[in-house]
Amino acid sequence: MSEGHSTYTPKTGLGRWFDARMPLPRLVYDSFVAYPVPRNLNYAWTFGGILSIMLVAQILTGIVLAMHYTADTNLAFDSVEKIMRDVNSGWLLRYLHSNGASFFFVAVYIHIFRGLYYGSYKAPRELLWILGCIIYLLMMATGFMGYVLPWGQMSFWGATVITGFFSAIPLVGDWIQQLLLGGFAVDNPTLNRFFSLHYLLPFMIAGVVVLHVWALHVVGQSNPTGIEVKSKTDTVAFTPYATIKDAFGMIVFLFFFAYFVFYLPNYLGHPDNYTVANPLKTPAHIVPEWYFLPFYAILRAITFNVGPINSKLGGVLCMFGAIAMLFLVPWLDTSKVRSAVYRPWYKLFFWLFVADAILLGWLGSQPAEGSFVFMAQMATLFYFAFFLIALPVLGLIETPRRLPNSITEAVLEKNKGGSGHPAGATAAPETKG
Amino acid sequence: MKKILTSLALIGLVAAGTGAIAAEEAHNAAAPTRFPINEPKEMSWSFAGPFGTYDKAQLQRGLKVYKEVCSACHSMNLVAFRTLSDLGYSDAQIKTLAAGYTIHDGPNDAGDMFDRPGKPSDHFPAPFANEQAAAASNGGAAPPDMSLLAKARGVERGFPQFVFDIFTQYAQGGPDYIHSLLTGYDQTPPAGMVIPEGTHYNPYFMSGVSLKMPKPLSDGQVTYDDGSPQTVDQYSRDVAAFLMWAAEPHMEDRKKTGFRVLVFLLLFGALVYLTKRKVWEGVAH
Repeated sequence: MSEGHSTYTPKTGLGRWFDARMPLPRLVYDSFVAYPVPRNLNYAWTFGGILSIMLVAQILTGIVLAMHYTADTNLAFDSVEKIMRDVNSGWLLRYLHSNGASFFFVAVYIHIFRGLYYGSYKAPRELLWILGCIIYLLMMATGFMGYVLPWGQMSFWGATVITGFFSAIPLVGDWIQQLLLGGFAVDNPTLNRFFSLHYLLPFMIAGVVVLHVWALHVVGQSNPTGIEVKSKTDTVAFTPYATIKDAFGMIVFLFFFAYFVFYLPNYLGHPDNYTVANPLKTPAHIVPEWYFLPFYAILRAITFNVGPINSKLGGVLCMFGAIAMLFLVPWLDTSKVRSAVYRPWYKLFFWLFVADAILLGWLGSQPAEGSFVFMAQMATLFYFAFFLIALPVLGLIETPRRLPNSITEAVLEKNKGGSGHPAGATAAPETKG
Repeated sequence: MKKILTSLALIGLVAAGTGAIAAEEAHNAAAPTRFPINEPKEMSWSFAGPFGTYDKAQLQRGLKVYKEVCSACHSMNLVAFRTLSDLGYSDAQIKTLAAGYTIHDGPNDAGDMFDRPGKPSDHFPAPFANEQAAAASNGGAAPPDMSLLAKARGVERGFPQFVFDIFTQYAQGGPDYIHSLLTGYDQTPPAGMVIPEGTHYNPYFMSGVSLKMPKPLSDGQVTYDDGSPQTVDQYSRDVAAFLMWAAEPHMEDRKKTGFRVLVFLLLFGALVYLTKRKVWEGVAH
């Protein structure tokens, strides 16, 4: 997409004065009003906006919660309970924040899978994709540290297990682990530094989000056809078209979010986290938050040694490798065609990959014993095969379906096809307007 | 849409298959490997569902059971007397109730610790001076604090139940577990099962075949003055409901607010959707 010529003309004298000195209103106008977006974006494209309001909501609720929270191993648990019982609307703030973290991940997973499905990571959007991966990494660090703060049993033991991964790294592992913990075990220094970092990282996320949006506005949005914007008829103005569609997507998302906050606030958490941390009492099953479960399953799937790599290090390498795969996607995919809409085989493998990720998540919540181990190993194998075999090979051997010449052509074709439903499907004809 | 449904069906099949494999694992009655042996019984609770509210009379009975039985060993450190107004008590009643407790306070101006009658702002005093004392008097394991017990306990629901729970809003795992545990004593263990010395068999206990706590309740132990049956089953229900309130005192407020929020989002969403249709009218997309 071309640079785009700014069409902003301030209407008032004050506006012109401001524009000549610091064109901030111009930047906002060009980025969120006049900015052209492909006209065929579907609701999967509303998750960028949803993620930004979730980030803002998390920061706002988090700042207020931090006013009432005490980062001390003797006081943290009770200070959270004080928020739940005595702080005005404290229960609401805390449930919004804890469930908000989960829904932040729900949105980011949909956002990432959308990118994978429509090939949004392909040139020239590699950097945009990688910035997104960095945001995802920062989110994982933030989510993990946030879960430690209430100082419940899962907080403590989750932190013990996850920081324990780092000790598997040769030579520097123990040093890194001690740096993270501020000692030899999870204790008061750990809680304090996690609180500090949990407050810092969201602002770093916000910073990378700015870069992510900047990169997006340089290369423009991809779209369901994966064909670049070629003419003005391919696009509509961000406002009102994308704004109103994003707004509707956000409200639907907030509806699901509110359903959990108000009716199932503890559904996504673990009961053990309502028991204060006890370093002398290990829970029967230590499970991380649900959004880490696929990676946790991969970690535990490696139960065997490979040459000099023991199973612990192997598990850690696979777990980090599973995340690293995402960074490599732009170069692993060899297909000339972006969108899975025109790639029948890739589409199949994509949905298998989604099923695999969900299966891994479920396996991560189960004890690593018996047949679960074998299933986790197979699912891990498929996870890596998707990235390392399916992505490069399919691009070379697959015959894509015929691509439309432009977004406009695709849209018109679809609308023409839409009016010619088979007889059985016309019971509820679509009404326009 | 069809594609999404097909993929969801596929995911479901894979998950169901794996679940079936897991369930096939050997089941030996005398040496179970998964706990609890029996799933908790699902009871009907007044506070379940989107419009659930606490039954005040039940909470008052539950408080009576806690005071007369549980509190001998279990603390409830996070609950203040003043919050008992939620149970329907007047300020005067709460004052009297609090004054019935002795609170260890201090130091005073002379530097001495002293005992005084409780005030509404005090929390329930713990039965033991510290955790070590509690453990020493209870065979080595301190009885857990009860303030959050109804949220800190819950048996894993498993697939596919945990999916259905989203739609039925099942959030009563804690009270169901507590009720089942309290009514789960007095059963004969399967032949050949080894029950460790000093513990009591209970097939509803989630961490093993038996627990240190002996059967705490028996029929007629607590006198109810509202005519409710004085049975272990009723006591267990009442105290479980009371513990749910103790763990989640603002639940009624939460559900009431939630309903308003959802109605608002529904109406607002409908308006925004209509606006969106109007805006996109005539723009093929």
